[in-house]
Amino acid sequence: MKHLLGIEGLSREEVERILDRAESFAEVGKRDIKKVPTLRGRTIVSLFYESSTRTSSSFELAAKRLSADVVSIKSTGSSVDKGESLKDTISTLSAYDPAAIVIRSPHAGAAGLVAGWTEASVINAGDGKHEHPTQALLDVYTLKQRLGSLDGLKIWIVGDVLHSRVARSCLLAFRLMGAEVTLCGPPTLIPRGIEALGPRIAYDLDDLAGADVVYALRMQRERMSESFVPSLREYAARYQIDSRLLGPRQLLMHPGPVNRGVELAPEVIDSPQSLIATQVESGLVVRMAIIYELLTGRDRPSAESASPPYTSTIGQPA
Amino acid sequence: MNVASNGSSGNPEAPPLVGRPGQGANLVIRGARLFDPRTGLDATRDLVVREGEIAELAEPGGDPGVEGAEVVEAEGLLALPAFVDPHVHLRVPGQEHKEDLETGTRAAAAGGYCAVIAMANTSPPIDSAAVLGSVRERAQSEASVPIGFIATVTRAMAGEELTEMAELREAGAIGFSDDGLPIANARVLRRALQYQRLAGGVIALHEEDPDLSAGGVMHEGEASAVLGMAGIPSVSESTMIARDCSLALYEGARVQVQHLSARSSVEEIARAKAAGVQVTSEVTPHHLTLTEDAVRGLDARFKMNPPLRSEDDRAALLDGLRDGTIDCIATDHAPHAIEEKEVPFEEAAWGVTGLETAFAALHTLLVLPGALSLETLVERLTSGGEPFGIEAPRIEKGARANLALIDPALKWVVGEDGYESRSYNSCFADMELTGRVLMTVAAGRVAFRQRSFAMGVAG
Repeated sequence: MKHLLGIEGLSREEVERILDRAESFAEVGKRDIKKVPTLRGRTIVSLFYESSTRTSSSFELAAKRLSADVVSIKSTGSSVDKGESLKDTISTLSAYDPAAIVIRSPHAGAAGLVAGWTEASVINAGDGKHEHPTQALLDVYTLKQRLGSLDGLKIWIVGDVLHSRVARSCLLAFRLMGAEVTLCGPPTLIPRGIEALGPRIAYDLDDLAGADVVYALRMQRERMSESFVPSLREYAARYQIDSRLLGPRQLLMHPGPVNRGVELAPEVIDSPQSLIATQVESGLVVRMAIIYELLTGRDRPSAESASPPYTSTIGQPA
Repeated sequence: MNVASNGSSGNPEAPPLVGRPGQGANLVIRGARLFDPRTGLDATRDLVVREGEIAELAEPGGDPGVEGAEVVEAEGLLALPAFVDPHVHLRVPGQEHKEDLETGTRAAAAGGYCAVIAMANTSPPIDSAAVLGSVRERAQSEASVPIGFIATVTRAMAGEELTEMAELREAGAIGFSDDGLPIANARVLRRALQYQRLAGGVIALHEEDPDLSAGGVMHEGEASAVLGMAGIPSVSESTMIARDCSLALYEGARVQVQHLSARSSVEEIARAKAAGVQVTSEVTPHHLTLTEDAVRGLDARFKMNPPLRSEDDRAALLDGLRDGTIDCIATDHAPHAIEEKEVPFEEAAWGVTGLETAFAALHTLLVLPGALSLETLVERLTSGGEPFGIEAPRIEKGARANLALIDPALKWVVGEDGYESRSYNSCFADMELTGRVLMTVAAGRVAFRQRSFAMGVAG
């Protein structure tokens, strides 16, 4: 694997290798010194063309835990603001000889384009409404940690599927790992043609009791003005997950940030069924694992890379 | 080119196409298979062109006897009536970094075309007699293939006020179109259709309901769902076709529906024709050969409007072309600079080039596999002027020579030797195609010959 551009095209084995690696990094996270020297002297550029708190901070911390030098660029205040093309920005940044470029862009396919323009490994941190593969991998990791396996699991993804890159990546990743996925939302927010990816489609929550996992999506307020739904009130009345709907054995997930009182009732966010805080924790180790796999995995025979890379250096300050 | 009647509408004479003037060629094309579905010609003959006119279709081996004529040894080659493209963008005035009249007509000639009709969505648009006059004047010194210039229906293509259509027609507008944009306001289109009775000139329509297509960058279907892209639903095209065909019938007007892309659109055209609407329609080589699968990799070379749609749509377009619901093939040749395409798909410019690849792509992808007869292909590639009152070229004695000489077996890789067009946003780039135009005669003059294609001179 050189790049992580999307879940599409990944094999189950590749996903599992990343998850196993993440598990070993989780152990490192419990130590006093949480840093490993693996990527000392290598540079990772993080290029965010959209606002982001959790993804950008999680990537930055993940890279630092691996001892890489991190250059973070946000679209505001950079040459992007001055109308520089993506291609020119990448060629400028390539002068630093980065080992990896993490990119978030409002445009689908941006990460793929960048991969064609640079020698660095490219990690897609969200491209338009297309894919958000690191989110899906951390969600799979979270579920696997909790349940052991996704095989045969029934997962409902509820909400604004049309505008959600998380929904697309999660649909692909959950199915890849053996789960059955139902997409549920107002008909105006379920994209025509999505059946091609194999989900069940539902327009109401009547059968939600059959779900093992309920994955709620963020409902953005501007969708009201575009008349995708008549009002937040009607949306919440039909699609909000509350304590009446969520059974005691069902798990609840959300990619954040949550609109309290819209897609989720306040009481379920902090309920015992909620994995929302765990998802954020998983983000760090999974992103460490992804960076590690892309930057070191491809140079080594697979047998060697299967053993933890930091065993000889554990405990040494990096 | 011959000039034919423009039907029942006022001002029936189509204005002449305009190109670089010059001496008619003297040629002897020896031993080619002459193929013209219109005249029923399919025979190996020596074709003699004298001063730009077809003088003789002689039995091979005889002495055609045109002193000083260029002799083309054409055994094994196919001589067709040259093609007419009802829909190209030559980017003049204002966007000469993409194309100009010289490069655009050179690309046309390289594709076997003897005439093209240029759209008016230039910068500024061709919406006044002054702008029209200036491009026609430039064509007289720059165009190696005659051009018919379209003028816009509405001022500045704003969709609100009509242009001075009568004056534009007198100044040489071959027809009218706001192509690139639909005429969203039905009242405005209705006025234009009424005004056609005075001004003449077919109105060519880019059919798209902008409310339904808003924000879309590709066909609404599997690919857009998977990629998370806003889609352009096929009904955004077909509902407008239904509306505009109703208006044309009501006003007794004549319309050309441009670049059909969807099954539902073909069905609307068939219904309209059956109901007596004076409507003709066109389809592009890319819509006949490619589908939404091509955009899965988000390569902006496959971004055009209307978009590539589903395999079912493609099949319906091909059926429509075969049964005559669709009258002609149009390339919608839309050159763009590289920096306008090397950007994320959503930001990329709309359109693909097509003049240099139309015959070869359709021959390779449809004729050779048996999906389309050579006869129908040639008929639909040559009929593009008819909706605008321009007669299709013919291979017959006494006709002006408009010929495409083709090696039907020659394999070539698109873009390998560069392009005649200034731009190279071809959706067939890097594809190996079979069949290549070696020489084109347009309006009696040799407009193009493939560099490697040698000729002799008769003693």
